[in-house]
Amino acid sequence: MSSAPALVLQFLELILALLAAPLLTGWVNQCRAWLGNRSAPPLTQFYRQLAKLFEKEVVLADNASSLFRAAPYVIFACMALASMIVPTLSTDLPFAPAADAIALVGIFALARVFAALAGMDIGTSFGTMGARREMLIGFLAEPALLMVFFTASLISHSTSLSTIVETLGQREFAIYPSLAFAGVAFTMVSLAENARIPVDNPTTHLELTMIHEAMILEYSGRHLALIEWAASLKLYAYSCLGLALFFPWGIPETTGPLSMLVALSSLVLKLAIGGFLLALIETLSAKLRIFRAPEFLGTAFMLAVLAMLVHQLLETAT
Amino acid sequence: MNGHLPLYAQVINLLAAMLLLLSFAMLAQRRILSLINLFMAQGMVLFASTVVVAAATGQHHLYWSALLTLVLKVMLLPWILHRLIRRLNVKWDVETLINIPTTMMIGLVLVIFSFNLALPISALAGTITRSTLGVALAAVMLAFLMMITRSKAVPQVIGFLAMENGLFFAATSATYGMPMVVELGIALDVLVGMVILGVFFFQIREQFDSLDIRHLEQLKED
Repeated sequence: MSSAPALVLQFLELILALLAAPLLTGWVNQCRAWLGNRSAPPLTQFYRQLAKLFEKEVVLADNASSLFRAAPYVIFACMALASMIVPTLSTDLPFAPAADAIALVGIFALARVFAALAGMDIGTSFGTMGARREMLIGFLAEPALLMVFFTASLISHSTSLSTIVETLGQREFAIYPSLAFAGVAFTMVSLAENARIPVDNPTTHLELTMIHEAMILEYSGRHLALIEWAASLKLYAYSCLGLALFFPWGIPETTGPLSMLVALSSLVLKLAIGGFLLALIETLSAKLRIFRAPEFLGTAFMLAVLAMLVHQLLETAT
Repeated sequence: MNGHLPLYAQVINLLAAMLLLLSFAMLAQRRILSLINLFMAQGMVLFASTVVVAAATGQHHLYWSALLTLVLKVMLLPWILHRLIRRLNVKWDVETLINIPTTMMIGLVLVIFSFNLALPISALAGTITRSTLGVALAAVMLAFLMMITRSKAVPQVIGFLAMENGLFFAATSATYGMPMVVELGIALDVLVGMVILGVFFFQIREQFDSLDIRHLEQLKED
């Protein structure tokens, strides 16, 4: 069984995720504002927004079912669990055996299904439209994400995220073309999954273009706060996942306080760079038409399959 | 695993993967100018991989063929193509006969096919680059697919040139390149072919006011 320090670390990781996720969202928004030559909101803007929403009362539609009220909690729980499984500070996580890479995709899917159901629950046309679009994006993004995980699993001979990250982090230096392909595919999938610009625009409320925002239009008060927080947790989980898979340096196996400090500082540095790059991508690209999204995600899927094939051909040669 | 491969073999593998990626990018590309730039990038990758193979094996004639690649495929042919499309004044988006996601899926199947086909062959080869033979074959197949799915003349010619790139890569990866005479012959062939096809473009356009190859399917004017 796992030791007490590991458990402490696990909860530290959860608390870090809960606190750092809004900060990451704030950082991305700030970078976007800078790149767009606007004056940036403060880094803590997202905390204030959450605090404001938690104070407000919840307004429910008359025909809202209990599912509508339960969905925010389910979504938030899924995202919190996901960010606990992804190795950020250490690979020795007691909760990691609870779900491997495939189950992680399932957790994200569960959250998406609940979001879509809640979007359709009230019966407004916007919610239904958003839910349908979200499911379209989801069903195209999921296989690509799985293929990315399979490539990493083939390299490290395991589907457990901790083992994958350990193997990739501890390997001797070698060029893996397959990981480069998988990295590009993962970036494309995470852009789509997190409702970022080439596929969806997180700041839009224009009826024709919104996907994620359309689903959560009916939410208010603490429900909306939880959903917004869950969205930022999702972005954080995806960023950490990408960093852990493709830039695994600096994640220690041991649980000493010194190595934790190193891990924390390298994580903050990597997240800051990653967030800036995300803002850069969003600033440089235009939003795709919704009918172009399948092409975008098809490319991601193709790249991920290519990664697997290239690994089979080039990297398993004796 | 990859760890015990020597560094140059890893670099060659990386370049092979890039070649494959560029082939797919060309397959998915809608704009004619980007297509030419991608073709140029493919030439660069080919040049780099030939230089790496030459340095790793000490085959001096490969430096010459690398130089030939650089001059011909990175500089001369893209320049001719750029000039051609400027003269022909074609800046339209490329039309494809099958939509692009489907084309890419077919491309994936082709890649699986050629990887499988190349496995027994590369087991026989004794070169350090034998595992890239499948990639070379896939690049040829993808270029072939591009020629089939495009309806306009210029992308078809770029597909033809890309196919030659794939063949060249296959030659370097399977047998450390062809003899110099053959290589020079092919280079000249490609160049002359390009010039003739360039003249052809003008003729086609003069006849049909368009570069759409489908016009050539009718023998008689109606």
